[in-house]
Amino acid sequence: MANETEEQDLKDHREPDHSRRNFLKNSGYAVGGLIVGGVVGSLLRSPNKSTTNNNNGNTTEKAPANEAVNFNQALMHFTQEQFLIMEAATERIFPADDNGPGAKELGVAYFIDHQLAGEWGLNGREYMQGPFFKGETTQGYQGRLKRREIFDIGLQEMQNYSNKKFQKKFKDLTPEQQDTVLKAFETDEVKLTTISASGFFKTIFGSTMEGAYADPLYGGNGNMGGWKLKNFPGNQMSYTKIIEQDKFEKMQPVSLREHLPHS
Amino acid sequence: MATKLPKTDVVVVGVGWGGGIIASELTKSGLNVVGLERGKERKTEDYYMVHDELRYALRYEMFQDLSRETITFRGNEKIRALPMRSYGSFLLGDGLGGAGVHWNGMTFRFLPYDFQIKTQTIERYGKKKIPDGMTIQDWGITYDELEPYFLKFEKMAGIGGEENPLGGKRSEKYPTPPMQVSPVMKLFSDACKGLKYHPYIMPSANLSEQYTNPDGIARAACQYCGFCERFGCEYGAKADPVVTVLPVAKNTGKFELRTHSNVRRILHKGGKATGVMYIDTTTGEEYEQPADIVVMTSYVFNNTRLLLLSNMGKPYDSKTGTGVIGRNYAYQVEAAAGVGFFEKKEFNLFSGAGAMAMTMDDFNGDNFDHKDLNFIHGGSISYSQGGNRPIQNNTVPPGTPGWGKDFKAASIKYANRNVSVWAEGSCMPYRHHFLDLDTTYKDEFGDPLIRITFDFEERDREMVKFMGAKCGEILKEMGADKVVAYTEQGPYEITHYQSTHNTGGVIMGDSPDTSAVNNYLQMWDFDNCFVVGASAFAHNGGYNPTGTMGALSYRAAEGIIKYHKKPGSLV
Amino acid sequence: MATKLPKTDVVIVGVGWGGGIIASELTKGGLSVVGLERGKERKTEDYYMVHDELRYALRYEMFQDLSRETITFRGNEKIKALPMRSYGSFLLGDGLGGSGVHWNGQTFRFLPYDFEIKSKTIERYGKSKIPDGMTIQDWGITYDKLEPYFNKFEKMTGISGDENPLGGKRSEKYPTPPMKTTPGMKMFSDSCKGLNYHPYHMPSANLSEQYTNPDGIARAACQYCGYCERFGCEYGAKADPVVTVIPVAKNTGKFELRTHSNVRRILHKGGKATGVLYIDTTTGEEYEQPADIVVMTSYVFNNTRLLLMSNIGKPYDPKTGTGVIGRNYAYQVLKGAGVGFFEDKEFNIFAGAGSLGMCIDDFNGDNFDHKDLKFIHGANISYSQTGARPIQNNTVPPGTPTWGKDYKAATVKYANRHINVGAQGSCMPFRHHFLDLDPTYKDEFGDPLMRITFDFEDQDRELVKFMGAKCGDILKQMGADKVVSNTELAPYEITTYQSTHNTGGVVMGSSPDTSAVNNYLQMWDTENLFVIGASAFAHNSGYNPTGTMGALSYRAAEGIHKYHKNPGSLV
Repeated sequence: MANETEEQDLKDHREPDHSRRNFLKNSGYAVGGLIVGGVVGSLLRSPNKSTTNNNNGNTTEKAPANEAVNFNQALMHFTQEQFLIMEAATERIFPADDNGPGAKELGVAYFIDHQLAGEWGLNGREYMQGPFFKGETTQGYQGRLKRREIFDIGLQEMQNYSNKKFQKKFKDLTPEQQDTVLKAFETDEVKLTTISASGFFKTIFGSTMEGAYADPLYGGNGNMGGWKLKNFPGNQMSYTKIIEQDKFEKMQPVSLREHLPHS
Repeated sequence: MATKLPKTDVVVVGVGWGGGIIASELTKSGLNVVGLERGKERKTEDYYMVHDELRYALRYEMFQDLSRETITFRGNEKIRALPMRSYGSFLLGDGLGGAGVHWNGMTFRFLPYDFQIKTQTIERYGKKKIPDGMTIQDWGITYDELEPYFLKFEKMAGIGGEENPLGGKRSEKYPTPPMQVSPVMKLFSDACKGLKYHPYIMPSANLSEQYTNPDGIARAACQYCGFCERFGCEYGAKADPVVTVLPVAKNTGKFELRTHSNVRRILHKGGKATGVMYIDTTTGEEYEQPADIVVMTSYVFNNTRLLLLSNMGKPYDSKTGTGVIGRNYAYQVEAAAGVGFFEKKEFNLFSGAGAMAMTMDDFNGDNFDHKDLNFIHGGSISYSQGGNRPIQNNTVPPGTPGWGKDFKAASIKYANRNVSVWAEGSCMPYRHHFLDLDTTYKDEFGDPLIRITFDFEERDREMVKFMGAKCGEILKEMGADKVVAYTEQGPYEITHYQSTHNTGGVIMGDSPDTSAVNNYLQMWDFDNCFVVGASAFAHNGGYNPTGTMGALSYRAAEGIIKYHKKPGSLV
Repeated sequence: MATKLPKTDVVIVGVGWGGGIIASELTKGGLSVVGLERGKERKTEDYYMVHDELRYALRYEMFQDLSRETITFRGNEKIKALPMRSYGSFLLGDGLGGSGVHWNGQTFRFLPYDFEIKSKTIERYGKSKIPDGMTIQDWGITYDKLEPYFNKFEKMTGISGDENPLGGKRSEKYPTPPMKTTPGMKMFSDSCKGLNYHPYHMPSANLSEQYTNPDGIARAACQYCGYCERFGCEYGAKADPVVTVIPVAKNTGKFELRTHSNVRRILHKGGKATGVLYIDTTTGEEYEQPADIVVMTSYVFNNTRLLLMSNIGKPYDPKTGTGVIGRNYAYQVLKGAGVGFFEDKEFNIFAGAGSLGMCIDDFNGDNFDHKDLKFIHGANISYSQTGARPIQNNTVPPGTPTWGKDYKAATVKYANRHINVGAQGSCMPFRHHFLDLDPTYKDEFGDPLMRITFDFEDQDRELVKFMGAKCGDILKQMGADKVVSNTELAPYEITTYQSTHNTGGVVMGSSPDTSAVNNYLQMWDTENLFVIGASAFAHNSGYNPTGTMGALSYRAAEGIHKYHKNPGSLV
């Protein structure tokens, strides 16, 4: 069932341990049919154990105490299904390569999730009063939908298109198939009634750049990995000494965190 | 009912560069000034976390909150104007210091040609050179008359620069030396010289060295941190109203600043302004501030809008070409540019300053022969190193895919290997380009939004073709391995950033028939009301507007002081 | 112009508990149903990140977006109603399943007394017991008549419980055993028994064990995770429309659900509803959905508002006490409560479920003698262990400083050492408590907001005084070291959360003069229009409303079937 693989994916690379995931994974949960719930109680672990067996026989351990856990890597807006589409799509837009990390490792999908949860997702500082009319392209976005809603619709449509074309969910497609879907959106080959497919693609692309390169305080650009790719030094106080210099200066980047005295 | 407050000598509407200069000059000479600013107080300490591209550059931290008020736009009168729902083409200021806080600091003097554009164009090329519908006109003042005021602004702001070989005559040198010269600036300079052009270091308000201005205000030097435009300066190095004129005004004890005070109407009776009506946006309470003199110092759009909302001056009518409020709206033509890619050289492009640049005026104003060209005027051509910030720095050679592996590789490779040369193109006014009140959309108080009717013209397309080619030549001469020149001007669209240099709407001139204010920015119809800003520009030059806008503000200040001593028309 | 869609048998306005039950019952009976839901689709997977107190409980993730639509409120007709700008007193549902998704699951049957409140009160105490202005009335139906429908709702949802010793007679036991019994519940139960009261497990829709309902819907058991009210259930354990009735309706192939479809008007002609007009909120396009039968199944406020905006039924007029739409608005009186602090005991109160509790009805309805009391009716008194979440769990003994070192120490100490006992106080209707359209404030489409005119009365203050004392007694008997009981009721204020149990506005009854719908929730005036919800309650009882609202929905479904076969008034 659809859910199980998603749960497994999340488990594979992020979540140290979570009983509920196993619970859900094994619960035979389904949507669309009449069976909407069901549980095998023995799969629930006692809350005090720090390890658990999933039914593949793997044991997942809690992260070692000396390894910093990034508690910020959880979802504020996306559902897990949406998150997995977002993560796969941004990784295709900005893939890991010889240059260094891609969107997934940089945490771009978390960045987008967190941004959508706030003012940006609600178009909080944009003029959203009616009346709403279709305008010329030169007049810019004239829809009534807020970014959150556009992402909700856009991601669902990506899933629908994947299912229709490849009979699989977007995140289960091969990278080449995922590119086919993204291109279909980029070129408006997908026809949508509510939002512009290419407009949605542009938004995803822009958000990917933001998530790769914004200060890590927002949850993307993990370990300043995006900055390192571009040799961008981050938050430096002064370039007076190098401004006239011919030689390219490679510096260890610094984030805004360093700008606050952490006692 | 609005609460009526005690009368003051002068009330200033909007406290940015215009309001700050007026406030400092008038209070220094003994007048009592109340400054009404719709936004919040701001100070240098606000910017200790400013090196944040996402927040400031992409989420528009410092700009007007469009959910409360925006503008509407249409390309021509036949289509419906629709609101600018999110930012694109330009960025509206907000808060103390206004857009003067997040500018780049590029500080030019418009050319002598600009102020007498109509006369000089006809003189050299004949009447036919001015196409039908183009409404250029002389400004009612000459460069020479304005020169002392340019100097005043430059000294106050501590502009660093060197003489422009093709500019208007200067009575004194710039108060500070030019900015440092980066390797790319050197390349640009050498290339221009090789092409027999006249490059010079761009006049900068970023401050090349520590400086104490005539008012005794001392500021530290620029650190070339690369965060100027869209950002406030955390060093207080970049000249802005908050670190220059406003402390001077406050220090006199005669300036009362009220933030969160949004002026909704200018009050008037019998041809005199009597004060203003404003709303305290924190409480919603309305106040009437009576004053002997009202000075409007908000942005182009709000100067125009407030006059229209207050029924002051004759609204411009595009059908007849009569009326003045809303007339001669102009923008900036920015499409001409070139980008060069360097395979073997990597530059420290992450460092820079808003006005750290090399520029030239060989193709600006009437510095070149337009006889065989299908446009008048031109633009300055520059290379500026403002600091390439990582989210928005993704310039890749044409043919590179728009996303994916190859895009990523190219955007990384060229992050510090791409150099842009661009033209700051002048923009001429036309009869059918104008500002008026929108008939549908309202601001948060229910007042109509300002409506822009504007598009690029044939003249702009011709100029872009010409200037884009020049940019490309310079880049080739600079030794770029691959050069792309942008020579096409599409229709004006509000969706992507071009320039915040909107001008006109309350223009200056020598006749009440074709201008709203005289050369002291005094309204023809209301002699105790002055309207200060780039709203006074009869067209837009091939430069950033702030230097000229600052000079006009100093001139207006002088006029107001004169008027206060001896009321009546100043011309 | 609205696009006219093909006609359907039945259109449903709002797809929560009411809409879901109607849809499943009618489609099972062969009718074609279109369900219009203004919010978005929802599913259990949406709640995999639901254990997030900030997002769901404090930032109101699941509720109606007040920037688009809210209500206005005034305490009485003499003051101006103002909009509820942010959430406080109650939380409005939004999206598929409505508030049925984020409820606690406390599922009671109103008492036999409730349905005949006026007759029985007069019978026992005489007419003078009902104070002037109190507009209680019989519901036009008895408990016994409604009993089979209660049973239907309980079987569909799988309610877990044991017999209420003081409740109405049951024809069958609850379909699932009661929830687990925590130490706090045990103490409450023992204490009540010690005081000769009659405690029983609160009937719960949280599901005590895996259950398959008569429709074949199987759900997993509650895990006592402590996130029910304001949250969706990530186990699908808590009964909500999305995991019970909606899949049944969908499975028939006769239910078409349209989300983002906001109904703005009920269309009608010659005393018959002809369909509805709605807007697709994603595109702004308007549609007309014709139908043989229209069923209104949105929340109390929107049922009432939509009738008023559509000019259906006679609006209630408080001056004359005539008219029915907006009549008998009531709320819930919750302030009678106590809190006990335990020095030597720490409870696992972080664990719990929305409807994990123990309660008594010794002081509910007319289960006790009111002869010497200045109020009628009463309250269910309970201890419920819903899960104390850390941000909002800061109960400290009186006298503790409200911030700082001592405050922190006390909140930490008592986090798991305090127990609340509360009374779910009934609320009587009054002539001057009503709903109508606000004359000033509008929603995002320009339609007037619903206006509430309501305050607490002497009846409520007396009730709170009495109930608060009882709560205190029980806590003392439970062995709390310190007991604080609240016996005072201040004016109703919209700012702090009390209860989302708003009722009335389209009340049921036996006469068209005093009710809008008959006991099948069929409108007297427009017989192919049914209005379902707690809007039908003629007063609000001392219980959570969902059980009774669910029973009425099943009865209405039966009525609609009857009507479809044989049109005309059902009574």
